Amino acid sequence: MPEETPLGRRLCRVTESRASGGYRVFSLLDEDGPEPQPGQFYMLATESHWEQGGGRPFLPRALSVAETGDARGGVRLDFLIEGIGPGTDRLCELVEGEGVWVNGPLGNAFAPPRELAAGAAGAILVGGGIGIAPLAGLRGRFAERNIPTRVLLGFRDEAHSGGLDDLFSCCEVRLASEDGHVGHQGYVTDLLAKMLEGDDAASAAVYACGPPPMLAAVQALCERNKVPCELAMESPMACGFGACYGCAVPKPDGGFLRLCVDGPVIRCA
Amino acid sequence: MINASGTFDAIAARRVYGDALLEDFPFSAFVSKTITPEPRAGNEPQRIWETPAGMINSIGLPNKGLDGFLAEDLPQLAELPVPLIVSVMGTSQEEFSRLLAGVGERDEVAAIELNISCPNVHSGLIVGERPEETLALLGALQPLTRKPLIVKLTPNVADPAAIAVAAEEGGADAVSLINTLKASAIDPATGAPGIAAGHGGLSGPAVRPVAIAQVRAVAAAVGIPIVGMGGISSGADAREFIAAGASIVAVGTESFRDPLAGLRVADELSSEPAEQLG
Repeated sequence: MPEETPLGRRLCRVTESRASGGYRVFSLLDEDGPEPQPGQFYMLATESHWEQGGGRPFLPRALSVAETGDARGGVRLDFLIEGIGPGTDRLCELVEGEGVWVNGPLGNAFAPPRELAAGAAGAILVGGGIGIAPLAGLRGRFAERNIPTRVLLGFRDEAHSGGLDDLFSCCEVRLASEDGHVGHQGYVTDLLAKMLEGDDAASAAVYACGPPPMLAAVQALCERNKVPCELAMESPMACGFGACYGCAVPKPDGGFLRLCVDGPVIRCA
Repeated sequence: MINASGTFDAIAARRVYGDALLEDFPFSAFVSKTITPEPRAGNEPQRIWETPAGMINSIGLPNKGLDGFLAEDLPQLAELPVPLIVSVMGTSQEEFSRLLAGVGERDEVAAIELNISCPNVHSGLIVGERPEETLALLGALQPLTRKPLIVKLTPNVADPAAIAVAAEEGGADAVSLINTLKASAIDPATGAPGIAAGHGGLSGPAVRPVAIAQVRAVAAAVGIPIVGMGGISSGADAREFIAAGASIVAVGTESFRDPLAGLRVADELSSEPAEQLG
């Protein structure tokens, strides 16, 4: 297995694609790439029927990898997807055997709690909507390393939720939903706020991925409670490898960073 | 086969892909992102917007400025296995002169591309939209350097050939075209432009027929070589530009979709039989 991200894009085959609640999960067999680290992403475009029907989708789409696993002949890459536009709609249509152009793994990865703060012994994972994806792989990685991990996931409503049975069946998860169809009625950050009141939260690190308002709320809660956190962010991205400068995100001290090469995981320790 | 300025960051790509990038470098010369005299942070997001067979961008020329470029970027770009063309932009003759003085004396630099799609602060006119401004700028800059000067033409004019003629008269060694087409798109979710700046530049296959027409017009008007670009994504596309009068072709937006597009297009160009044209 190569250590580095292979130069250029390569064609991978879909080995599975299925509904997962309101989302879909599809798997690719990557015969030539390294195993990605949780938090990293790929630029994906279907081999056929991309750029058709009015010329869109045109650009590849950036998707965080959810889970990975060993597969015969390579690495299995699982992606969680929600159709919200021409690109993600097309990726939702993928069937077994189809080809997908893959560029990656790209970007940085989540770091273990001890790298965020010397006293951090455990992890709290906070996911919102489709942003739960990279936390699935992260949870698995932390379990391998015996890092105590608690998982908080939130969804808008039943139609905009999924991935639980496929990605989080193995572990205890605390849920929130804005419509109250499952778990606490309200925001996942309500659960985080309560959890951070506990004594053991002082030795935790928080890892979050979700919509921007959720990330802002997580960051504020962590700042207030002096808990280090890492946020996996999203930004419109044409290339994924630092070429287009489209994925600019403002830096606290002025200027911008490129989320593709400086992120997508941003540390707020 | 070269790259369009601002569509490939060789330094970032080497961080991502390692030295494999040097072994399979996708271009036969590398054009830097445009550098300006002083550092620029670039525009507020949102900077890009997908459109049918293309995209709009308004990046805002983020760069480290001349001094930062010479100190930090140039040594890394000099490690590339191909000649280096540095793209520069100023808002006055004095600024361009300063850029040329800084870049022009460096042995690592093979040629200089002048990005003239910007206003002259003295006249308020966009240099690349006025033949007299282009002629005056080239006339002043040409004696300052022995490096070949390539003038990047804007497509947002009624008669790009007139600008090309002025560049040639002023002593340009080549012209490159097209830059992006002024464009906007409305975000259906907000009813406002999808790009924060309100508008940006359109690129990708959507602009190719416009680029072909402009390359033909410029080729009919000047004798200096033409670097042709605008939506090239295959060998057949590149062949169109050569038939229209380009001596060199460049890949831009396609590199976002396929980092090795430059190599692929060059391979397709040299292997496909000419009968496939049309």
